[in-house]
Amino acid sequence: MSSATTPPDSDPSQRRRVHSMLKHYYGLNEEGKVTEQAESLDPCDINGPHFDPEVYLNKLRMECSLGELMDHESCMVKQIRSLDSDMQTLVYENYNKFISATDTIRKMKNDFKKMEDEMDCLSANMAAITEFSAHISGTLQDQHAQITKLSGVHTLLRKLQFLFELPARLNKCLELQAYAQAVSAHRRARCVLQQYSHMPSFRGIQDDCHVIMEQLAQQLRQKFRDGGSSAKDLSECVELLLQLDEPAEELCDKFLSHAQSRFEADLQGLEAELKDSPVTDTGGGLVQKTNPGSNPVSPSSSSTTNPFLSPTAGTDILEFIDRGCNEFVSSLCLVIASYQELFINRPQEGELASKNIPEMANGKLHVFVDTLAARYFSLVERRIQEEKGVSDNSLLVRALDRFHRRLQAISKLLPGSAVPSQGTEIVVRAARERIKQYLSALQTFYHDSLTDVRQALAAPRQSAGGASVSGGGATSKDATPSLPELLTSLSNFILNQLKSVLASVHLFTAKDITFSNKPYFKGEFCSQGVREGLVVSFIKFICQSSRQYCESAGDRGGSTPPALLLLLSRLCLDYETSTISYILTLTDEQFLVQHHTPVTPVTALCAEAREAAQKLLNHYVKVQGLIISQMLRKSVETRDWVNTIEPRNVRAVMKRVVEDTTSIDVQVGLLYEEGVRKAHSSDSSKRTFSVYSSSRQQIRYAPSYTPSAPMDTNLLSNIHKLFSERIDIFSPVEFNKVSVLTGIIKISLKTFLECVRLRTFGRYGLQQIQVDCHYLQMYLWRFVSDENLVHFLLDEIVGSAAHRCLDPSPMEQSVIEVICERG
Amino acid sequence: MISSSRQRFWASVELSIISNFRYQARALTAQTAETDAIRFLVGTQSLKFDNQIHIIDFDDENNVINKSVLLHDAGEIWHISGSPADKAVLTTCYSKTSESRVLTCAAVWRMPPEWESGSHESPDDSSNNPQTLELLCHLDNTAHGSVACVLWEPMGDGKRVISLAENHMLLWDLQESSTKATISSSATLEGKGQLKFTAGKWSPHHNNTQLATANDTAIRGWDLRSMSQIYCIENAHGQLVRDLDFNPNKQYYLASCGDDCKVKFWDVRHINEPVKCLEEHSHWVWSVRYNHSHDQLLLTGSSDSRVILSNMVSISSEPFGHLVDDDELSDNEESQQEDKGKEPLQDSIIATYEEHEDSVYAVEWSAADPWLFASLSYDGRLVINRVPRALKYRILL
Repeated sequence: MSSATTPPDSDPSQRRRVHSMLKHYYGLNEEGKVTEQAESLDPCDINGPHFDPEVYLNKLRMECSLGELMDHESCMVKQIRSLDSDMQTLVYENYNKFISATDTIRKMKNDFKKMEDEMDCLSANMAAITEFSAHISGTLQDQHAQITKLSGVHTLLRKLQFLFELPARLNKCLELQAYAQAVSAHRRARCVLQQYSHMPSFRGIQDDCHVIMEQLAQQLRQKFRDGGSSAKDLSECVELLLQLDEPAEELCDKFLSHAQSRFEADLQGLEAELKDSPVTDTGGGLVQKTNPGSNPVSPSSSSTTNPFLSPTAGTDILEFIDRGCNEFVSSLCLVIASYQELFINRPQEGELASKNIPEMANGKLHVFVDTLAARYFSLVERRIQEEKGVSDNSLLVRALDRFHRRLQAISKLLPGSAVPSQGTEIVVRAARERIKQYLSALQTFYHDSLTDVRQALAAPRQSAGGASVSGGGATSKDATPSLPELLTSLSNFILNQLKSVLASVHLFTAKDITFSNKPYFKGEFCSQGVREGLVVSFIKFICQSSRQYCESAGDRGGSTPPALLLLLSRLCLDYETSTISYILTLTDEQFLVQHHTPVTPVTALCAEAREAAQKLLNHYVKVQGLIISQMLRKSVETRDWVNTIEPRNVRAVMKRVVEDTTSIDVQVGLLYEEGVRKAHSSDSSKRTFSVYSSSRQQIRYAPSYTPSAPMDTNLLSNIHKLFSERIDIFSPVEFNKVSVLTGIIKISLKTFLECVRLRTFGRYGLQQIQVDCHYLQMYLWRFVSDENLVHFLLDEIVGSAAHRCLDPSPMEQSVIEVICERG
Repeated sequence: MISSSRQRFWASVELSIISNFRYQARALTAQTAETDAIRFLVGTQSLKFDNQIHIIDFDDENNVINKSVLLHDAGEIWHISGSPADKAVLTTCYSKTSESRVLTCAAVWRMPPEWESGSHESPDDSSNNPQTLELLCHLDNTAHGSVACVLWEPMGDGKRVISLAENHMLLWDLQESSTKATISSSATLEGKGQLKFTAGKWSPHHNNTQLATANDTAIRGWDLRSMSQIYCIENAHGQLVRDLDFNPNKQYYLASCGDDCKVKFWDVRHINEPVKCLEEHSHWVWSVRYNHSHDQLLLTGSSDSRVILSNMVSISSEPFGHLVDDDELSDNEESQQEDKGKEPLQDSIIATYEEHEDSVYAVEWSAADPWLFASLSYDGRLVINRVPRALKYRILL
């Protein structure tokens, strides 16, 4: 039936819609008026409440065509049909429900009647039970009172028996060493005995007990004194004694002195380690385990003394601190804890409270801990001081960390104690000391690397064999190519070393280290310690030691190889331009340096480095100049210039001078930039010396050779000088190749000039000088910034030689050129 | 006493007085025995022309130089030195060329008495009619080689001279008014290689019994009584030692200069380290001279064409300035003295004189006026300068 009424295309949602529409029609809508109001008052709405069939029909008739009306009609019919069937279904459903409800109500009526009967029966039974119980309790009343009395007597008798048995029991306890039991028993009896002491029998018991307890206390004290017992036993002992009204002060003292003896043993153990470590130290120091893995340094060559290897002591510092912590600090903590348990934190009972024990005990404890800690600290400090090697900083830091961490326990146990802060001070001192050690290690490393460099510089020269001793300027060609490599490797070594040291030092401020958040490690350690004490000091040291090379080697100039001077100069210059700021930035970043105190500014360091670089380079020029000067001087001084033969060749020494200058040029060129030259005259830039010399030199030299009146030469040279600037011979040079070479050549030629002026020349002597000078002119101009300088000095030399000549007849310019070109 | 006119002059500009010779010259000396006139002697160097000795008289009042010329035809002059006793007597070291061999000889000369009376001719006239030096005697040394310098006994009677020739040191006695010279004693420097004295100085202390010489880089002290070496400063300078001078007031103090551009001060009792070291010149230092009376004033000449006057108070005999006798101090002066004590003079360069254009080989203080000095450069330029007035008053007052 239902299937017939429901439209075939119906689905749950549609049915619900239909339901709701029906509900609505019957006014079952809970929403009531709200919906009604919301619904349109349109009389044409077929679903609305104000539907007017007439109006609707009229409207349809007016609006729709016939076809539409037909459709509408059929649709309407369909809808009416479906509504009808829906209504039928609902009526059936409701009818069924109504019938089942009626059935249920009827059944319930029957059940209730049965239940009522049963309830009546139950209440009658309960009344009977109440009556019985009242009867029974009435009969038992008397007997209950009697039993209560008897049990009271029994208890009293038991107590009395306990009292009478007490001495015996105490004795037994004493025999069995069950002191705790004895004391507790005695304590229980004590008040009673006290109260009834006027009765002779109780008095006897009390006296007996007293004697026994005296004995017991004696034994306890004995045990206390023996000191063989463990801390726990001991504390038990103390507790008992306290309960026996022993004076607390005495007990404190005894307790502490007992503990003292044990700490004594610990400290002696530690000290013993300290004492024998120097012995093993010297033994191990010679052996020197090489441990490149943990070693932050890998020196270029095996240097015999390596500061980065720790002396292999008997125990390393971590073990030592561990031992100290485990034995000393932990037992100290234990003692403090048990002491506090015993004397300070006890629940205050009765008369003990009045004696103010905690304060007294606390005072004693502080004194005790302070003295012990002071001794412990002195030991630790001695051990730390032994830690000279800087191989493994992490070990030290870990040890310090542990040391510091364990002391925190004391601070927790004993608030207000100076011990932890003293411990922190030790850590701070150790850190400071460490920084100093690192600095000195860096310095040693720097020296060692320089020694390596020096050896590297010297080695090829020795292998070259032929290089003469005097000709230091000729750093043979085998050595020169490695100069930039040496520089980079040296500066890398230093930088890496510095970085690894910084990394090691950085451990002090690592987050997981307990003392890293102390104000010292946050502020002063970073700025004053690491930045100033380590990095800045090291840079200053480099500059300083570089300067020392200039000063110590001042005389004779032989001790420092010139190449090293050049290298160091470049190193300092590099530092000035980049490395210093890099290092400092690195440090500042790593350590988050906050500058509370004024620190050395980068610029000051840079200036210092630049000054050192300048000084080194000046010294290099001086040394190289002197080497060449020496050759020239010897060559002038040892020759008999009056009786020399007609020149056929350029003297070998001049070739040597040019060779040396060339090799210096190469050497300097490896490290320094070319530099600025003054514009070449057109002829020299073409490098056709012959053109140059033939055209200009003749004009220049010719007047000074002619043996005319001295007036002319003077006038000429004076006029010449008037227009040329004063030449400073040993003057500071700039940081470029040309300037350096100019400096060296100036020094050499000036020496040549002065030496020539001290000699007297024959005709051929003069001619030889002419040839030599021309040769120098041919080759030296290209090295200098201003070729006029070379021309001027060479002119002076030839002019002076002409003055000092007995028979001044100069050589033909063309002949000079031929000779020079030939050789 | 300083006359008012001079004070006026010093109040004006500090002038340098420049005089040019037409010859190259290295030898310069003050006329030691002349204490009234400011007079210098310059010996010229020329291989082609007759060499001369120029007598430079400086008229302090008028700032005028008067030159006289004496002919020295023996050869070019390398060193010249005046007798401390007789202002007319002098010695020269000159080079002589014979048979294509150059030998430096030494001789004692007397200036002809007329040179002074012959008025101060202008330089042009003097070249026409120069008078010749009168040879007293040769310090005959052919056996010993070239003479580097001749030293008179300081403040002596002009009877004793020392000549340094190659590696020999010869002490001469001049007899019969210097016309005859005999070697009274001699010493020879022995050692490896060819040793050669380059400079020397006769110490004015210890009764004139000590001499200091320089050879190569070493400075040696000699006792003239035994002619033996008493000390030797090896490697006193990095290179050749060019000149020496004794502190006139402190008997153990010695200044030296050399090719390492340095001037060093020595206490000969402690020869390991110099007392002080100056490095102001930019080339070889050829000459060093203490002021004769105020030994803090030091003059150096160098081939960088500069003359430097330094004030070395800290190692002078008056390290705290001029000491005034207590009696003479009134209260007022005392307070002034205290004021001055607060700012003691520091070692410093007083002045650098750059009038020269060629190497300066000789500097010399005037014998007559302690505030005046001359310097001579190779191109024949002689410059006379004064100690700056301000400094002079600071030293004096």
